[in-house]
Formats: sequence, C-alpha cells, structure tokens
Amino acid sequence: MDPLSWPALLGHAAWRLLPVWIALAATFALSIGFKRRLGLYGRLFESNVGMIGLGIVLFWVFTAIFATQIITFDPLAQLSGMKNALPGSPLKTPVEGAYSHYLFGGDSLARDVFSRMVMGAREVLKIAPAATLFAFMVGVTLGLPAGYFGGKLDTSLSFLANLVLAFPVILLFYLLVTPEIVQTGLPMYFAAVLFLFPILFFAILFNARYKTDPPRRNLYVGLTLALGLWAYAGLAFNADPTGIFAMSPNLLNVFVSVVFVNSPGVFRIVRGLVMDIKARDYVAAGQTRGESPWYIMLWEILPNARGPLIVDFCLRIGYTTILLGTLGFFGLGVSPESPDWGSTIDDGRKLLAIFPHPALVPAIALMSLVLGLNLLADGLREESLKD
Amino acid sequence: MLSFVLRRIGVMILTALVLTFLVFSLTNLPPNLEKLAKSEASARMTDDQVDSWLAGNGFGRPMLIRYGEWLGVAPGWVITAEDGTTRGRCLTQGLTVETAPRFCGLLQGNWGWSTVFKQPVDQVLGRSLGHTSWLMLWVMIVMVPTALILGVLSGMREGSRTDRVLSTFAIASTATPEYVSGVIFIALFASATAGISPLLAEMGWISGKTLFQGTATSAMDKITFWNFALPVLTIALYGIGYIARMTRASMTEVMTQQYIRTARLKGVSFRNVVMKHALRNALIAPFTVIMLQFPWLLNGVVIVETLFNYKGFGWTLVQAAGNNDIQLLLACSVVAVFVVLVTQLISDIGYVFLNPRIRLS
Repeated sequence: MDPLSWPALLGHAAWRLLPVWIALAATFALSIGFKRRLGLYGRLFESNVGMIGLGIVLFWVFTAIFATQIITFDPLAQLSGMKNALPGSPLKTPVEGAYSHYLFGGDSLARDVFSRMVMGAREVLKIAPAATLFAFMVGVTLGLPAGYFGGKLDTSLSFLANLVLAFPVILLFYLLVTPEIVQTGLPMYFAAVLFLFPILFFAILFNARYKTDPPRRNLYVGLTLALGLWAYAGLAFNADPTGIFAMSPNLLNVFVSVVFVNSPGVFRIVRGLVMDIKARDYVAAGQTRGESPWYIMLWEILPNARGPLIVDFCLRIGYTTILLGTLGFFGLGVSPESPDWGSTIDDGRKLLAIFPHPALVPAIALMSLVLGLNLLADGLREESLKD
Repeated sequence: MLSFVLRRIGVMILTALVLTFLVFSLTNLPPNLEKLAKSEASARMTDDQVDSWLAGNGFGRPMLIRYGEWLGVAPGWVITAEDGTTRGRCLTQGLTVETAPRFCGLLQGNWGWSTVFKQPVDQVLGRSLGHTSWLMLWVMIVMVPTALILGVLSGMREGSRTDRVLSTFAIASTATPEYVSGVIFIALFASATAGISPLLAEMGWISGKTLFQGTATSAMDKITFWNFALPVLTIALYGIGYIARMTRASMTEVMTQQYIRTARLKGVSFRNVVMKHALRNALIAPFTVIMLQFPWLLNGVVIVETLFNYKGFGWTLVQAAGNNDIQLLLACSVVAVFVVLVTQLISDIGYVFLNPRIRLS
C-alpha cells in the first residue's frame, strides 16, 4: 500500500466524517426552513458570523456524538511500526478488517492521531458545557440576591468573588488538581457545596412561581428535590445506589475546579446586570404589586438579562475548553492515556520540531472549537442587540 | 481621594492575608507533609516515624500558628529533642537560642529553603523573576502598542471593511491559547522539517536551519531576536485580541458622542478629530484592561516558559508544584498574588485619576 497524498488523505478523513456532514446539513436545512419561528436561534441564520460559528460548534458536537462511528482505530491501541508515522502512512502490517491507513499519522506511542482527535472532542464536550452550566447556576443563584438586595450580603459575596478572581488560575489548578488533594477528600466537600446550587436554584424558581398554587408547587419542587438529590448523592458522594450518576475522583476534581474558577466571573456579570435592571419601572411595578423578591429576581429580572447571559455562556464554554486544555497540557487531573486535546498537545510537544503533526492536529482542533464559540457569541450579540 | 486609596489598600492587605493563608493551608495538607517527610528523611518511613519527623521539625502544631511563624508574626518554634539537641525555625547557620532572632518569617526577609534547587528561596526567586521581567518587558513592548493601534483603527469607523478584518483577527487571537499558538509557531517557524524554515533554507534566505529557535534556553544568557521572538509573540498574541476588542468598544462609543459630531461639523478634519478629541478619552478603558491583563499574562508566562524551556518565574512555579517544594511554591504564590493585587490597585486608582467624570466623595 502506498502512503496517501495530502488531497487524498483529506478526502478520506472527510469521508470518515460523513455522519457529521449529514447531521450538519439536516440541522442547517431544518433551521433555515423554520427560522422565522425559532426566535433568537432562528435569527442567528441572518448573520454570516453567527452561522459560521454555529457551523463550527455543531461540527464538533456531532463529531463527539458520532465519535465511535468515525474513529478508524482504538484511540489507545499502539500498532507496531507506526511510531511517529507521517500523515497518510499505510499500516506496516495490515490487519484484516481494520482501516488501512493512519490518516493524520501516528504519535510517539504509535497511536492513531485522527482517532485520538475525534475521541478528544468527546472528552472536551463531555465536561466543558456541563461545567459552564454549573458555574452559571452558582453565579446566578448568588449574583441575583447580591445585586438585588445589595448591602452587607453584596459586600461579603463580592469580596469572596474577588478573592477567587485575584488567584492566578494556573496556581489555583496546581494547588487544587493534585493527587494529594484527592486523598484529603477536599474535592468532595467542594462538590457538596457547589452541586447544591442547581437544586437550590430550581427549587426556588418553582417555589416562587407556583406559591399560590400549592399542589402544583409541591409537585414541581418535590420532583426537583427528588431528581436533584439523587443526582447530588451520585455525583458529589458517589453514593448513587443505581449507579447512573457517578464520577471518578479525578474527573470530579477537574470538574469542581473548573466550576469554582468560573463561577465568580458569572457572579460579577449577573450582579452587574441585576443592579442595572432593578432600577426599571416594571420591577418597581412588581414591588408595588407585593410580589416576593425571589419572584421578581427569577421571573422578571432574569428573563430580561438573558441576552448578555447567553452570549457570556458561549464565550465561557470556550474559556472552559481553554482551561481544560491547560489542565491537560500540564498533565493535571487527567489519566495519562486520555485522548483529550490538552494532554495530546503536551505529549506531542516533546518532538515538536521533528514531528509536528501529533501536537498540531489537536491544537488546531481546540483552536477551531473555541473560535467557533467566539464567533457564535459574536453573532448572538449582534442579533440580540437588534431587539 | 486619600481615604479611597487607603480603603483600597486596606482591602488589598486583607485579601493578601486571606489568599496567602489559603495557599499555606493547601500546600501544607497532611499528604503533602508526608511526602515532604519521606523525601527529606527516608522514603521507607513508617507512619509513626513520619509523625515524629514532622513533630520534630515544627510541623506538629496548629495550622494558624505555623502560618504566623511563616509570615513572621509568631515566634519561631524551638524544640529540644530527647537526645538534648535543640532545633528551631530561626536556628540556622550556627545561631543559638540566645543569639537567634525570635521572629523569622516572610516579613523579616526569611523566605525559607528550596528543597528542589537546594538554595535559599529568595535567591531562586530573584534569579527567575529577573528572567521573567525581560520576557514581560518585551511582551508589553510588542503587545500594548499593537493592540491599541488595532483597536483604534477598527473602532474609528465602525462597520467598515478595516473594522471587519481587524475584529475577526481579534476574535481569532482570543480563541488561541498560548499552548496552541506556541505549538503552531514552533511547527511553522522553528522546525527543520516542517513549516517555512526548510523552504527558506533551501532558497538560501536564512543561514541556519530554522528561521527562529524553538527553545529560549539560550535567551537566559543573551536575548536575541532569533531566540526570543517566538515566546514573546506567543504571549502577546493572546492578549492583543482582548485589549484590541476593549479599545475598539471604547473607541466606537467615543466616536458616537456629541462633541465628536460638533467637532466634525465645525470643520475639523477626521484625522484631527481622532488624534486630538477621541483618542484621549478612548484610552481610559483600555488602561484598566491592560492592568487587569497581568493575571492572564502570568498564565501565559507559565505556559510559554514551560513550552520554550525558559527558566523564569513560571518554570520555577511548575518545578516547585511538581516536586512538592512547599516553601518555594508558597513564595511563588506570594509573588503572584502580590502582582495581581497591586495591578488591580493601580488600575482602580488610575481609572479614577484619568477619568474626570468620577468624583469621589
């Protein structure tokens, strides 16, 4: 077998990604067809920047979803003779029924770079959006009362937020994401506090809305508590009897640290937005109607702050991706074999000047995902300003 | 003004104390201390031996007291062992209990001993900070003017073609963390097998094998364009995008103000409006942003110094954290926290000072 030329190997890679292209085309066709009825999401298709951003982000999302169909080799398998193989190299000893080439070459341990990149997308997209969502829950639940009530509560919460923000992120990671910390059980306590906020958020949200309708209130709050506490026991304490919700101690440590680093930023944004919005007339009207403070915060202020928050959410997923890459780059918290992009870049950089491809492929992948998220945020900002 | 500055400094000192205490307790967790005992004394110690070693070296007392000793506000420990020898925190270099000072901590200038480098921490830190300050200096020289020019150019005429192109560049550069751009730069400019260096060498445009050097180790002795361009560019690139976007936002806001329109209407040329009327007001916000960029630069410094093997502050921090060098890591944290807090203070005060619209009561 001959090595593939550059156009041929790109063609082969594109062919492997066929499920992604189909899913992308279907999503775009449907969305453009119904864009008038889709609100802010539909209007995204009016702006080129937003569409390009969404396209890149969806590309990686679908790659992560179909990863098991796309990969050509097991991302951990080491094949003999493929150490540092150049992109497009054929297998030294062809295996019956297996793929014939290493599309993007082999790394220093003779693993397939293409498959590792694809599986890396899954690793990153498993953590980054979820961690950002948790950070938002924490930031919103604390930022709303801080901005709305002000006073001592605001002063003390802001001091705490500034404390975390004054920490150089990398130092925080070196202190928090270590095997020693896992030994002390500190991540579990962190998780116990941080994971409480989503439950608290939804419980207060439904309670404020349906206070006047006790049966419905009891149903919703009860459901939230039941589901939330079940997930809480599993995720924070690894004590879920059914085993559906579980996280390995290392993953929990990474997750908690990323949430912890991100939430003060969200807190500051939410607090600023609330302080701005609470001076509006409709808030004063709500207050004179005798609505409870939490109802005003969660059902009147929060929906009106959604534009900037959605934009920040997109930007922050990108930032979280960068943070996860940083963790991988310093080999913190992830298993050494993990195909996530940060650790793959770190693996590849030792031979960077001679064999650049093992580091370059995940580097470009990470950059494109973050770029897509930034462009998407820019498009959303542009469109939401047109209101 | 004075009371504002004093209050800010008060908050800053409080923050510094809380942060250093947090770092102190996180680096002095029981598993860290056990590792320290095993690496300093013997790797095959039993748990009891570890405990007695820790007690004999002053680690046995409560965290808060040890923090006080480290800071230099509590008297250093003195322990007389069973065999009659006396050891103490301040009893170094032949000092006895009578002659040694009672306090010897950070405030007295005693930064401790680095177990990795086998040197006093202040020497290690001084040397590495010297290297890093050169790096920072060049990053600032490259980053600030570039970012401001890009931001002003794109904010001058909002929505123009220049604006679109420059804004896209700014977005792309904020999407490229240092470990990505560094890798791409090395592959592109400093690899003998890939990128543009082989082409240039073949055509005889460069004398060496590569256009730039992929490591900055030689820059510690002598900084040249050849060995220092890539690390500086890598750090600067990530910051350029962010500062340029802030400058652009500030510039577009200023350009829609009434006084700019008035100036244009009375016939001042566009060039003069930008240079004399808009620029001064538009540069207030970026000043704050540049100052607040320091904590991020610290991130960049750690990544780039690791990537390019430049033995400065960031490299030292990684070594200290990776090898459980508690004293050195603490000292690094103090420096990092100090830099962050001081830049925050300067940015706050500078903002008030530059912006005449803010009057403090």
